[in-house]
Amino acid sequence: MKEQLKKIEALAKQELEACSEIKALDDLRIKFLGKKGELTAILKQMGKLTPEERPVIGQLANQVRADIEEALSQKLSALKAGAQEARLKEETIDITLPGKPAPLGKFHPLTKVENEIREIFMGMGFEIADGPEVDDDYHVFEALNLPPDHPARDTQDTFYIENTDETILLRTQTSSVQVHVMETQKPPIRIISPGRVFRSDAVDATHSPLFHQIEGLVVDKGIKMSDLKGTLEMLMKKLYGNDCKLRFRPHHFPFTEPSCEVDISCFNCGGKGCSMCKDEGYIELLGAGMVHPKVLANCGIDPEEYSGFAFGLGLERMVMGRYDINDLRLLYENDVRFLSQF
Amino acid sequence: MNLSMRWLADYVKADVPIKEYCHALTMSGSKVECYETEGKDISNVVVGKILSVVPHENSDHLVVCQVEVGREAPIQIVTGASNVNAGDIVPVALDGSALPGGIKIKKGKLRGVESNGMLCSLGELGLDVRDFPYAIEDGIFIMQEDCQIGQDIQSAIGLNDTSVEFEITSNRPDCLSVTGLARETAATFDLPLTVPEPSFKGVEGDISSMLKVDIHDPEHCPRYCAGIVKNVKIGPSPRWMRERLRASGVRPINNFVDITNYVMLEYGQPMHAFDLRYVEGSHINVRKAKAGETIMTLDGVDRELTEDMLVIADEKKPVAVAGVMGGEYSGIMDDTTTVVFESAYFEPTQVRRTSKALRLKSDASARYEKGVDPTISMTCLKRAFQLVEELGAGEVLDTVIDCGHSNFQPSKVEFDPQWINEFLGTDISEDQMKEYLGRLGFTFEGSSVVAPSFRIDIECKADIAEEVARIYGYNNIPSTDFRGVARAEFTEEQKFVRALRNAAVALGGYEIATYSFVSPKYFDKIKLPENSPLRKVVRIVNPLGEDTSVMRTSTLPSMLDVLSFNYNNRNESACLFEIAKEYLPVEEKRNYQGDEAFLVSSGQPRHEYEYQLPDEPQRLTIGMYGGNADFYALKGMVEQLLAELHISGYEYIRAKDSDAFDEKYALHPGRSAVILRDGVALGFLGEIHPDVQENYEIGVKTYAAKLNIPELMAAAQDKITYSPLPKFPATTRDLSLLVDDEVPVAELEKAIRSAVGKILEKVTLFDVYKGAQIESGKKSVSYSISMRSHDGTLTDEQADSAVKKALKALSAVGAELRG
Repeated sequence: MKEQLKKIEALAKQELEACSEIKALDDLRIKFLGKKGELTAILKQMGKLTPEERPVIGQLANQVRADIEEALSQKLSALKAGAQEARLKEETIDITLPGKPAPLGKFHPLTKVENEIREIFMGMGFEIADGPEVDDDYHVFEALNLPPDHPARDTQDTFYIENTDETILLRTQTSSVQVHVMETQKPPIRIISPGRVFRSDAVDATHSPLFHQIEGLVVDKGIKMSDLKGTLEMLMKKLYGNDCKLRFRPHHFPFTEPSCEVDISCFNCGGKGCSMCKDEGYIELLGAGMVHPKVLANCGIDPEEYSGFAFGLGLERMVMGRYDINDLRLLYENDVRFLSQF
Repeated sequence: MNLSMRWLADYVKADVPIKEYCHALTMSGSKVECYETEGKDISNVVVGKILSVVPHENSDHLVVCQVEVGREAPIQIVTGASNVNAGDIVPVALDGSALPGGIKIKKGKLRGVESNGMLCSLGELGLDVRDFPYAIEDGIFIMQEDCQIGQDIQSAIGLNDTSVEFEITSNRPDCLSVTGLARETAATFDLPLTVPEPSFKGVEGDISSMLKVDIHDPEHCPRYCAGIVKNVKIGPSPRWMRERLRASGVRPINNFVDITNYVMLEYGQPMHAFDLRYVEGSHINVRKAKAGETIMTLDGVDRELTEDMLVIADEKKPVAVAGVMGGEYSGIMDDTTTVVFESAYFEPTQVRRTSKALRLKSDASARYEKGVDPTISMTCLKRAFQLVEELGAGEVLDTVIDCGHSNFQPSKVEFDPQWINEFLGTDISEDQMKEYLGRLGFTFEGSSVVAPSFRIDIECKADIAEEVARIYGYNNIPSTDFRGVARAEFTEEQKFVRALRNAAVALGGYEIATYSFVSPKYFDKIKLPENSPLRKVVRIVNPLGEDTSVMRTSTLPSMLDVLSFNYNNRNESACLFEIAKEYLPVEEKRNYQGDEAFLVSSGQPRHEYEYQLPDEPQRLTIGMYGGNADFYALKGMVEQLLAELHISGYEYIRAKDSDAFDEKYALHPGRSAVILRDGVALGFLGEIHPDVQENYEIGVKTYAAKLNIPELMAAAQDKITYSPLPKFPATTRDLSLLVDDEVPVAELEKAIRSAVGKILEKVTLFDVYKGAQIESGKKSVSYSISMRSHDGTLTDEQADSAVKKALKALSAVGAELRG
């Protein structure tokens, strides 16, 4: 019997070795270990053994069963692993084939940069104010210390509305929102106002009769010109990185005093001078200044008690600088090949 | 303002490289646009002397010259000019020289004879006869200058000045002059400034016997000074004066005109010179024009004057428009013998209004309307006479007329160094401030600072702060963070628009930006009926062109323009959106009652305009073509947007059956809808009418929608509450219905909803079929109805009974279960 058991074990191992399918493995289990299997058949003959032989053979039989089971289980794992591997291999695809496009919209670059600026200012506690685009002479000029017959009106290239005796016009600057805000709100005031403005400039690579400005206004007790500098420097460092430098130049706006123009170190050469900045090292960026006492007074705010600063930056210029866009017209043509790039 | 650096050096010696000069002036407030050195595009052109001129052996119109140019041996030059003779001094462009316009001169052979350069005309040097009146226009420039043979032509004829172009802001008319910029230069570099007081000798004579002046409008002409030059010799002015005028961008004309321009450039005071012969009655009256009076101005245009214009008149007629331009017939002519010089102060607004009304601008009006120094009329008259004598241009009478006296008071402002430092955020000492202001011509009187007479812009403390700041240097002011608690948040509207924009991008829209003004042609392009309210527009009086002449009353045409642009640029598909305003005129007159913004504390309006501002409502416009675009793709996008904004309970009606949007005429009548909620139209959507597609040259089906943002905002549910997730399973029944083709499926859905009631969870349409097996005029519509109760699992009986009710309701709208 001993020989028979050994033979079964050898046979089982041999057949297992040859087996290559998980299904066939079950047949082998039944064949060797099943109720009608070969091992069971042998064990049924145990009765014929002497009492001395029984425990020895019994132990051996159990050993053989355990060995076969172990071999079966090992084979099963091996076959499963093989099958999985084969499946994974079979399922291999060309990962360089193109992806299926999912619809993805795009913000207009003007919106993108405007949002960025909004967020920076909201972080500094500025609210967003809106005002009408078609406005009256008082809000766009007169209250801003540009009385009728003021020579600075010539530089404004204003579009006027028909049949209104030149009293209604398209705002030439978002500064008009300053007046609207100060008329309805008392200091402390801290706002920005992004929006469309209109000037009679023929369309070319750097001009458009419609463009966007972002106006800023802060009015409170003790506001200083150095605060204006600090605020603008903070904005530009956040937008253009810590290396950018600002340059403040005296200028004239009727609604601020002192007034300045602010230049930023050239995006291209960083201040060394190149063709983009006409060898200046700086590019003109925005106009700013301390709110003129007359403007405060016009809006019912006592200039002896309060002071403020204001600035107006051209959004198009910032967008163009940001993305190296060399032609303003692209922003208003809206070619999808252009829009898809932002 | 173009500044001659050579002229500037008369008053201040700024010995710095030109680039540094320009930068420093820019940083102290006089912005330099650019600078240009005359003659810089000329090189290797020298003074030469013609030694001999002989005919060319192979040509009758060429001559061969031997020219001495300061080298060891004379050089040979062939020229076609006929005005050269031995002994002439001429400009010679040598081999390898450059002339204006990028012209290069090289030696070569002309008809077989060697020529080693070129003799130059004035034109070839970039000049004309007004620069050198003794020369001729076409021919070699035969020089009468004091110069050496071989000398560079630039230095020989004074073509080596540097001209700096300043951008002078409207508040600083004093800087529209050499002395003004000299003062800024001196202050910037802290250098001494020397402007000598002009004086003239004059010949004895009593002006009152020759000329009388009366000011009839002292308000607008507070001061009028005049003097007379007799026995005048009209001729060209000397080279130094011509050079300075040229560098300042002014063409020399004759000595008298040049003197008036020279003084204006030097002091910023416009001068006028005219012929005494044409002053009838030898009597000048500064008065308002009379109705119907006309004058032909120096530019040869007849101009009609009105009663609010100020004129310089003789006893009968106007001879000049005060401060703007002189009359053609009283100007200086070649036979003029006696000249009157005028130096006056005219009130700025008066000049500006007149100049604007006549659409006539001049160098004089540009200065007067900004405000000239009210105290220098006499100084400038003297300066002009000094120059007349220096030029030997005539005899100046030693008596002058000084009529009217400006009651000018210099501007006096409180000097408060502490306030200035607090305002600027600086720590500048009082002495330092005084020193800065002193450099700029300010003086001190007690606790006040007094502005010089030419600084008409100084009115308040902030102006003084600016003066201190710009000399101190804006860039030396520190940068600080301001204090104070601030709260910032978006308004409800801003939040809503942001959510809308984000949703539109999430749904695949590309955002566009278009102009607010459009062409009125769009009315017809989108087929608006003649009486459409959208044709009532806010119109621009002075547009750039018809294309941008009206404020849009609909955003649709702008979208169609962009779709067309993309289609015609061969972009296969586009899905675009824009959030922007429409401008809707408001008919009624403005009412200020209760409008706080327009009232000052006294309750009076600040300003009254009878015209109403237009409404500027925001719109979301969507447009698409190509790709998967069709009516339902657009509708799906709109519905997703509405869902994202928590807007529900709306329905669709055919656009043609609604009066809400006149854009419906631009839409396919069978494929367009208006979205209605509680009777309020939220927007429209649809396929663009084939005619309109053709008008916009779009060759594929195009779809557009417009949503009114204020209406959307009102419809949006602001409070969102969570609905518990279901605990019990849903029961689903599918129905295939047969119904007349015209019946909109929305009616079927409505019937199902109301019949099934509370347990209805979802009605999903999954098929619409027309064709084989369906009788014509009918369609098969299949729904999946999902029902669920929150109280327990629905029984089959409950579900069946609900379906039975639904079928009954469906039958009422003509839909039967398909057999």
